[in-house]
Amino acid sequence: MTIQPHRLAEGGLVNRERPLSFSFNGARMLGYEGDTVASALLANGARIVSRSFKYHRARGIYGIGPEEPNAIFTVADAVGGRRTPNMRATLTPLAEGMQIFSQCGWPSPRFDIGALAGTVSRMLPAGFYYKTFMRPARLWMFYEKLIRRAASFARAPDELDSDDYDHRYMHADVAIVGGGPAGLAAALAAAESGARVAVMEMRPHWGGDLTDGANGEIEGKPAAEWARAVAKKLSQTKNAEMLLQTTAQGYFDCNYLTAVQESPAPGLRQRLLKIRAKEVVVCAGAIERPLVFAGNDLPGVMSASAVRAYIHRYGVLCGRRILFLTNNDSACEAALAAADAGASVDVADIRHHPEGHWQLRLQDRGVSYYSGCGVAGLLRTANILAARLAKLAPDASALAAGGEFREHAYDIVAVSGGWTPTVHLFSQSRGKLKWDSKCGAFVPDESHCINPCAAAGAASGVFSLSGCLKSGWEAGLRAAQKAGCENKTKTNARDKAPKAAAPPAEYPPQFVPLLPATHPVGRGPGKHFVDFMNDVTAADIQLAEREGYRSAEHMKRYTAAGFGTDQGKTGNINALVLLAQARGISPAEAGHTTYRPQYTPVSFGAVTGSDRRELFSPERGTPMHSWHLAHGAVFEDVGDWKRPYCFLREGEDAAEAVRCECIAARSGAGIMDATTLGKIDVQGPDAAAFLDIVYTNNISSLQPGRARYGMMLRETGMIYDDGVCARLGENRFHITTSTGHAAGVMNWLEEWLQTEWPNMRVFCTSVTEQWAVVALAGPKAREVLKKAGASENLTAEDFGFMHIREGTVAGAPARVFRVSFSGELALEINVPARYGLHIWRALIAAGREHNIRPYGTETMRVLRAEKGYIIAGQDTDGTVTPADMNLGWMISKTKKDFIGKRSLSRPDMLRAGRFQFVGLLTAEKEKPLPEGAYLLREKRARLPADAEGYVTSSYKSATMERAIALAMVKDGFARGGETLYAALPNGERPAATIADPVFYDKEGARRDG
Amino acid sequence: MKYSLWTLARNALDYHRQWQAAWRSPEPRAEYDFAVIGGGGHGLATAYYLAKEHGAGSVCVLEKGWLGGGNTARNTTIVRSNYLLPASARLYDHSVSLWQTLSAELNFNVMFSPRGLLHLAHNISDMREIARRGHSNYVNGVDAETLTPEEVRAHVPFINLRGRYPVLGALLQKRGGVARHDAVAWGFARAADSLGVDIIQNCEVNGFDIRGGKVQAVRTSRGKIKVRKRVGAVVAGHCGVVADMAGFRLPVETVPLQAFVSEPLAPVINCVVMSNTVHAYVSQSDKGELVIGGGSDPFNSYAQRGSFDQIEHVAGPIVELYPIFSRVNILRQWAGIVDITPDRSPLLSATPVRNLFINCGWGTGGFKATPGSGHAFAATLAKGEPNELCAPFSLDRFVTGDLVDEAAAAAVAH
Ligand SMILES: Cc1cc2nc3c(=O)[nH]c(=O)nc-3n(C[C@H](O)[C@H](O)[C@H](O)COP(=O)(O)OP(=O)(O)OC[C@H]3O[C@@H](n4cnc5c(N)ncnc54)[C@H](O)[C@@H]3O)c2cc1C
Repeated sequence: MTIQPHRLAEGGLVNRERPLSFSFNGARMLGYEGDTVASALLANGARIVSRSFKYHRARGIYGIGPEEPNAIFTVADAVGGRRTPNMRATLTPLAEGMQIFSQCGWPSPRFDIGALAGTVSRMLPAGFYYKTFMRPARLWMFYEKLIRRAASFARAPDELDSDDYDHRYMHADVAIVGGGPAGLAAALAAAESGARVAVMEMRPHWGGDLTDGANGEIEGKPAAEWARAVAKKLSQTKNAEMLLQTTAQGYFDCNYLTAVQESPAPGLRQRLLKIRAKEVVVCAGAIERPLVFAGNDLPGVMSASAVRAYIHRYGVLCGRRILFLTNNDSACEAALAAADAGASVDVADIRHHPEGHWQLRLQDRGVSYYSGCGVAGLLRTANILAARLAKLAPDASALAAGGEFREHAYDIVAVSGGWTPTVHLFSQSRGKLKWDSKCGAFVPDESHCINPCAAAGAASGVFSLSGCLKSGWEAGLRAAQKAGCENKTKTNARDKAPKAAAPPAEYPPQFVPLLPATHPVGRGPGKHFVDFMNDVTAADIQLAEREGYRSAEHMKRYTAAGFGTDQGKTGNINALVLLAQARGISPAEAGHTTYRPQYTPVSFGAVTGSDRRELFSPERGTPMHSWHLAHGAVFEDVGDWKRPYCFLREGEDAAEAVRCECIAARSGAGIMDATTLGKIDVQGPDAAAFLDIVYTNNISSLQPGRARYGMMLRETGMIYDDGVCARLGENRFHITTSTGHAAGVMNWLEEWLQTEWPNMRVFCTSVTEQWAVVALAGPKAREVLKKAGASENLTAEDFGFMHIREGTVAGAPARVFRVSFSGELALEINVPARYGLHIWRALIAAGREHNIRPYGTETMRVLRAEKGYIIAGQDTDGTVTPADMNLGWMISKTKKDFIGKRSLSRPDMLRAGRFQFVGLLTAEKEKPLPEGAYLLREKRARLPADAEGYVTSSYKSATMERAIALAMVKDGFARGGETLYAALPNGERPAATIADPVFYDKEGARRDG
Repeated sequence: MKYSLWTLARNALDYHRQWQAAWRSPEPRAEYDFAVIGGGGHGLATAYYLAKEHGAGSVCVLEKGWLGGGNTARNTTIVRSNYLLPASARLYDHSVSLWQTLSAELNFNVMFSPRGLLHLAHNISDMREIARRGHSNYVNGVDAETLTPEEVRAHVPFINLRGRYPVLGALLQKRGGVARHDAVAWGFARAADSLGVDIIQNCEVNGFDIRGGKVQAVRTSRGKIKVRKRVGAVVAGHCGVVADMAGFRLPVETVPLQAFVSEPLAPVINCVVMSNTVHAYVSQSDKGELVIGGGSDPFNSYAQRGSFDQIEHVAGPIVELYPIFSRVNILRQWAGIVDITPDRSPLLSATPVRNLFINCGWGTGGFKATPGSGHAFAATLAKGEPNELCAPFSLDRFVTGDLVDEAAAAAVAH
């Protein structure tokens, strides 16, 4: 274990009492509680931490927050070694025993063979792959494999994720994104106005940049202390919720925000917050931009503000000799902090003779200040950077004529190209952005904002501490007021913003898209990188422009700038400005690409929440499920339901079980759990009139106590669903749907009621789960029911087909339907769900002497197929009309209208050659046709061919002692007796003869017992 | 300048300073023979084939934004032709045949990668669906294979075969796969431009001059453009708007359709896997991202942004089917605006306005059709009447009822 060479003796928010050991690419290291992976690595002097994805260039840690483009690792837990890919080092808290791995670079990121790509980089400009690998077409698959492998990305995890996640819904009057000075001031203002406030801060402490050593004072207190005090006060306030380690990720319509909270509770990895806020104030700060100069991606080049923040937040000084390269004053403050921490500091400022507060202070400290100076080239030898300082022309676009170079060696080159407001969420809210030449970036334009969203502080382009406090405070007040909360505690609330000293006069920044180098862009040894993550250079952007990829989106897509997992947080503005420059227009005209969720990457786990494993889409079982489980049921998934497919008995396979179940139902009694059928209670004075519209047949003429087989069509006239419609009373119906369509039909009815016929007094209630349903079928059904102790009216001979009666069965109140889906005498017994298991058992016991047998879905399908009854969704597919199914009799000729009626008279519905519903008898009795097989007229027809039809259902029928099938055949009604051939992909062409689809009991004698 | 390894090398010597623009940015002329509205993949392909196969010398493409910026730039790039109905199978299979050699045809690598596409079946009714579609493909001459769960595992080793939605089988189309969407637009644009087609970006069409029931000119944000022969409106997402300008209505609904990508991963999934029952489909881009299709939002909108709940609906099934992705991160979500017809099949059709033709209504799945649709639609524009591939997709099918109802028949999206 080594010491931490770059850790300062004191300072930072780390807990030096709690050392943590970890490893990086196998080397053991030590950090402290409170470190991030990045700060711990820097403390240990880690330099090259990764390789870039295209040229495999060596890269070091660049930033300190979500913008980090280089330091992305796979992290393995101490226990179990479970790997998580793509962890951003700057956001990952260090933990004991962590094993951290670079994701690219073979054999190691320090010595990477892939770096050979760099040597041929001239062959690999932006978009090179569009220009090659075109012939022969097949070979692309081969190149593609190589290219996919060559790109250095993390391996996917290979284990299951044992962590838990959850979701939380929140409401707020004012949601505030960011807990820096602006965010805290906004929160204070809104909370004091009585608004319910939620404040989200991605870091583990409040104060934002105030923790990074802003040495001003707020309300007479050191700034950081003020932040702590305010946060504490707010968290003790009832109407404020203060959320640390919480990153707002997405901003959706109607002020719906998503955020991810890290480690919100023991055992929870992440929690996704779904926040509906009346008002949102985005105080997300700003991100420092790099400068684009030759060699700017070398390990040791860092963001200036990061260098400063590592000192203050973590007590880490990244290097002893540091060059600050800047175009604005903020880096001067950082330089001072570095000098205070003991570094030897130089400053190169591209501005000529800046003379302000900071310059004076630096000069007082004896810092060498090279003004009007840039870095014309940077070279790396081991950990030392040799910077070529060069005098610049006054507009900084070229080297000064005859200027000299100075070579200096540094550990770190700390760069500031100005600040980019974090406008992501504001822009996601559909707020427009405008170009602000004062900060050289896009800022929110609150006058063009669709959702109630405001921005304050650095996120709105206000950078001074006093300005941030003021804009935050005012935005907070305004938001609270708009949300309906007025600040009553303070008179003149607007003037009561927390105060900080006015900032020292700033010397204006000077923005140039590109620093000149010893060689023209794209031709020298050092590349001008714009997007570190995707290896995009200034030359690439110029090339894109030259080749016509001139809109911001084209440039982005052609060069891949901004496509990385950092979504271009450092590089985007530079890329856009370079594009504008190349096009000779202003950045405002060139525009920007679209900001989209997520702000930082969000795990699938967090989005899934607790809806995983057994809680993912819970299974539905009927009240009789436990019985089925105990009696050999093999289940099939139908929607979310588990339905018995068949019940296996000793020594049977599924086919045999189905055969025996069919025989039982046809010869004695069978019993099926039909609970899953959709059931809808339709009530109201207009119920009959409404059902007349949704069914094709006449419902209003139905007598109470009677039921009718009903058919619903889509507007297209195509069959949608079928079921039984029973009239319980004048204004009350009980209708059933197929299992799969239960929810669909319910929504369908509601949709029509709410959109077309809102005046109808009809109420639809799903009662699928309220009733357990047992279908009792077979010649002995009535006897079984008697034996089970049913009230007399239910077992009486005059309880006719398509009647319904109420009574009791085995002591339970029951509503019984005399309907049949098997062609046998059958009773569908509905009882309140809690009696389901009871009557099931009672009926099984009562049926023992008749060898009653439970049957499942497959037997149900065979029995109905023997009778030629259709299953909507299996024999129909949304392209068939009732007439096609020979169900024309179900269409009322007298009704004025019903859904789908008009469509039925369209020419195509009436033409010859429609597919029609028929039965098929296979030539080989024992061999059922495959379902879905297409039918040809000629055995030897060449393919592709026009098919004559297709098989919709096919079974081995025990009753018929042969294979039977149902099919749709062109003009099938008129083609009885014709032989067709099924085209099977294995080359076989089994023959089958067109027949009546009613194979069994054609007279229908059996259904009455 | 032709693209090849050789020209790439030659240009490297010169620091790539000699490459010319892939397409010109011409000022619109006052008059053209043909105007194609919409510079997406389909519009550009239409213009290309008009010039290439029908010798049209005077063609413009009018694009309101940047070319290829509509759904072409937003889709999940799945290419397949294993549709159920013969009319669709013919149209899409024509397209899939063109995809095979499209890069060479355009001299632009569109990265068509026929890496195979699986449709998973999770229950008996899914099994029935893939069986029927497989058989239908077989008689229609489209390649199809049915796979057992173990064969599925051979394609996707980490798939959870026994989860809440067990995998009972799959339908495989080997010629199916993915392509690079932007490259398709750019490739067609460059090739069309080199044949003399004027591609005019930032040029929004906002009206028509119609006289005697015949379109005479197109009014645009950059002035009026006279049309001597015919206009093809190829404006996915906005066909209702354009029809409105011409004074007729279309049977389309317009909704946002979403997609999202994960952070990049080393190659982990080498085919396209789709599941209708749980609505989750995934492939991996050459940049390593998992590309995942979401559903369409249930509301009508022209804003190209989606809601969060679609992402939630998809993330759950993805984690259930591929549990190892739980700790992988979602990077970015977006939406495109799609026009959906009642039968979910496109419109390649004449309109009530003479000489104005439409190519739209591709809904959630028109990317795969880009070359085929362009090819067939160009023939239609050139002749002034629907060619045989387009004919079944005419507008009057909603009057006659002769629908190509893939949705009702197969309910398979994309
Ligand atoms: C999220 C998503 C995923 C998808 N996934 C797939 C998939 O996996 N496979 C698949 O095959 N398909 C998929 N699709 C569908 C596919 O993207 C589209 O069907 C296809 O790209 C349409 O191409 P297009 O050229 O017709 O339309 P677009 O590319 O949208 O082009 C239409 C163009 O018209 C322009 N325009 C509109 N109005 C005007 C006007 N008034 N004047 C001038 N120009 C105008 C627009 O700016 C646009 O550029 C998906 C779609 C989305 C949104």
